[in-house]
Amino acid sequence: MSQTPAWNNNVEITDALVKEHGLSDEEYALCLKILGRTPTLTELGIFSVMWSEHCSYKSSKKHLKTLPTTAPWVIHGPGENAGVIDIGDNQAIIFKMESHNHPSYIEPYQGAATGVGGILRDVFTMGARPIANMNALRFGAPEHPKTRHLLSGVVEGIGGYGNCVGVPTVGGETNFHPSYDGNILVNAMNVGLADQDRIFLSAAAGIGNPVIYVGSKTGRDGIHGATMASAEFTEDSEEKRPTVQVGDPFTEKLLIEACLELMATDMIVAIQDMGAAGLTSSSVEMASGGGVGFSLNLDMVPQREEGMTPYEMMLSESQERMLIVLKPGREAEAKAIFDKWDLDFAVIGEITDSGNLTLSFKGEVVADIPTQPLADNSPEYDRPWIKSEPKPELKADEIVAPADMKQALLDMIGSPHLCSRAWIWQQYDHQVMADTIQKPGGDAAVVRVHGTDKAVAISTDCTPRYCYADPVEGGKQAVAETWRNITAVGATPLAITDCLNFGNPERPEIMGQFVGCIEGMREACKVLNYPVVSGNVSLYNETNGTGIHPTPAIGGVGLLKDSRRMVTLAPRADGEVLLLIGETKGHLGASLYQTVMEGREEGAPPAVDLMAEKQNGDFVRAQINAGQVAACHDISDGGLLVALAEMALAADRGMTVNINGGEVPEHALAFGEDQARYILSVPADKAEVLIGEARAAGISARKIGAVGGDELVFNASLRLSVQELRDVHQGWMPDYMKIG
Amino acid sequence: MKSAVIVFPASNCDRDMITALEKITGHKPHIVWHQDSDIPDVDLIALPGGFSFGDYLRCGAMAARSPVMKKVIEHADRGGNVIGVCNGFQVLTETGLLPGALMRNDNLKFVCRDVKLKVENNDTPFTNAYLPGQVITTPVAHHDGNYFADEDTLKALEDEGRVVFRYVDDNGEATRAANPNGSRNNIAGIISRRKNILGMMPHPERLIEEQQGGTDGLGFFESMINALN
Repeated sequence: MSQTPAWNNNVEITDALVKEHGLSDEEYALCLKILGRTPTLTELGIFSVMWSEHCSYKSSKKHLKTLPTTAPWVIHGPGENAGVIDIGDNQAIIFKMESHNHPSYIEPYQGAATGVGGILRDVFTMGARPIANMNALRFGAPEHPKTRHLLSGVVEGIGGYGNCVGVPTVGGETNFHPSYDGNILVNAMNVGLADQDRIFLSAAAGIGNPVIYVGSKTGRDGIHGATMASAEFTEDSEEKRPTVQVGDPFTEKLLIEACLELMATDMIVAIQDMGAAGLTSSSVEMASGGGVGFSLNLDMVPQREEGMTPYEMMLSESQERMLIVLKPGREAEAKAIFDKWDLDFAVIGEITDSGNLTLSFKGEVVADIPTQPLADNSPEYDRPWIKSEPKPELKADEIVAPADMKQALLDMIGSPHLCSRAWIWQQYDHQVMADTIQKPGGDAAVVRVHGTDKAVAISTDCTPRYCYADPVEGGKQAVAETWRNITAVGATPLAITDCLNFGNPERPEIMGQFVGCIEGMREACKVLNYPVVSGNVSLYNETNGTGIHPTPAIGGVGLLKDSRRMVTLAPRADGEVLLLIGETKGHLGASLYQTVMEGREEGAPPAVDLMAEKQNGDFVRAQINAGQVAACHDISDGGLLVALAEMALAADRGMTVNINGGEVPEHALAFGEDQARYILSVPADKAEVLIGEARAAGISARKIGAVGGDELVFNASLRLSVQELRDVHQGWMPDYMKIG
Repeated sequence: MKSAVIVFPASNCDRDMITALEKITGHKPHIVWHQDSDIPDVDLIALPGGFSFGDYLRCGAMAARSPVMKKVIEHADRGGNVIGVCNGFQVLTETGLLPGALMRNDNLKFVCRDVKLKVENNDTPFTNAYLPGQVITTPVAHHDGNYFADEDTLKALEDEGRVVFRYVDDNGEATRAANPNGSRNNIAGIISRRKNILGMMPHPERLIEEQQGGTDGLGFFESMINALN
């Protein structure tokens, strides 16, 4: 056994201390085996965060490996800081979504703000200029006493950070459900643009090359953040407020500009942001990725507070920091850039051939860990799981028809689930950079690739009530819905990032939800040729033993080669004809209609026929790209009638719809959530040809009405002015927030 | 028309302003860093939007004391033209080049949406391409756009035709509902007595192409070409 470094001989590593660090007996035994001796306190801290669920993916790895991750346009899939895809002309889109759930519940403003900051760094550390922020938010029931406070704080935090750094927040989704009462979900996504020959990776190389620390100073904030994100909540979790980091978007903006300036030179060997587990994970990932050692002198780390210990420095999650390996002799040149931007720049160590992470502090070695086994031999669990039995089918006639269709539509569109989100997105600068060509409120957000005809379409989606009722179908649907939303604006869906939010994986039924959702996602990704290129897993979203609805949030990205072909959901002129693409069976199981009208969530979710999704979507996209379509909207939550109402609102135009449902009862026709459907608004002279082409391709397409007037008319059962619809649609959220 | 865009740390609409000026005037503006002590000889200096110095102190207060601002003030004192959009407007009031102050929005929330503006005075180098009383659409995106000035200053601004843009409704009425931030008299933009310094909260540089949702911002730049070329 080699000699234990001297510095920590005064701290005895007891069983209780090991347990406090969240390491199981087996994990600690593995740690002893890797070191060949008892760890120092600093080393124990490093093992603890590296092997936390948050950093090691120990419960999820086995299943994540089964997801499709390749396609000819994928440049870098999972394993890098973010996924990278080819969009032609030597350009690449770099994107990822990540959770910041636990901190956001404890301190909503800072939790959400630092979630945005963290995901921005994951993207620009690879050489991209961030061009769009998105998010996926889940809150508890509106009646829950904390919901207003959390909604208000999270939205303000997302805006506060994104607005200041000057990256537009172009869209997202927001759900309310009691399963999130004690565990809200804040998933932030960023999309960046880079040149393919200027993509930066984290694998370090070059023995003797300097290791540079840049950005904010290190403080005591966020120590054990990754560990907190790997445990369930209890009543006293709010006492963990000190483990929530504080964001500084001003420094982030400077860091973006300084890093991009440095990246335009040839000085960088490798670069990595300091995210969860800060200096620890960044240095271990860089060293192990390159198969080299790192020797760091912690005395050189810029510190915000006095008397910080090596343990605190290695576990701090202070924000806005990066680690860079430079080519030798370029330090002064690089420092000049960071000086210009008033950012700290410190040489804190060098690359060695030892393969170890060796930390010295005040002249003594305080940690000396082989990085390869620390990173690669981390525990991997095959947790027991029980298949979630899909709920039985529920027939439409088992769900009561409304007494009044008009009131039913108003109840739906004025509910927290479907009301206008303008109160939220008006607090986000969604136009800065001046390339936002589809604003929040559409099917997908669209931003132009600056200075080109190209544009990127982005959508975040998941229907947790489907995932709860049937994880496999729910997993499929989440992927398919982003694909459909991207298609609906005319873009070609290319790849996804996922943010998998679940309860405690040590419970077999929760693990079963996870495995089921992954299975559904896998099938959808395969059939739609739509691989996963990056992602994040957030487990232990439980409070006092109650888990959230399974929520695999998907962030999809697509490309419009000619942005002028983009359509929105707003019909452009009176007289346009409305076409329904896809089959309507009137599926009301697990529907929003049930939730809103009956307050229950029963039955199986709609089946996702992936072949139909692909066929219908490819057809719709081709028609849009050929210039045949004036407006397009996918049909999702709330069904056909809600989708029509949303189109009428977007255009501020009325529409008259006559649709014969045959055997399908009218309320199921109106509010059923059958998948793979779109509504197209097309110039009258193009309708017949389009229907003919659809039918020739075996796709269900029919004329259901026309645009015009200032009322929405649906068969004989509903006649409603667009203004009344608007008042109700826009009313709920501002009213709700006012009462708070 | 030769122009310069000043960049402060955490300016973030600098690129948008540069893009608009280049596209519309045909000349790429000079980009001037806040610590520079010289500005090239130009017809127009633009202070762009953003969060200079993070807006951690009063918005624009730090930027107003940047080294380059001495040169901006000299340029303005010589009668040179200066525009400040959003954070740039806040910098102009902090330097005293324009009167009044921009306080936190009255609902205390950031607001980003399209608003209607009435062109109250089209006899300026920045508005001559608009019709008198024309109502245009322009996006706002700010947390601190609530224009305030004392009664005497407001009266002078109104009497001298120095309120250039006002928030109005679809009918051109300056209603409370049309005002996104609580500004006095629905003021969205004002001009100096010599009509060479204009500050406004809305962002005309974000609305110069149909794809951006409209082109009502074009007139702002075309006016300058008319007046300054």
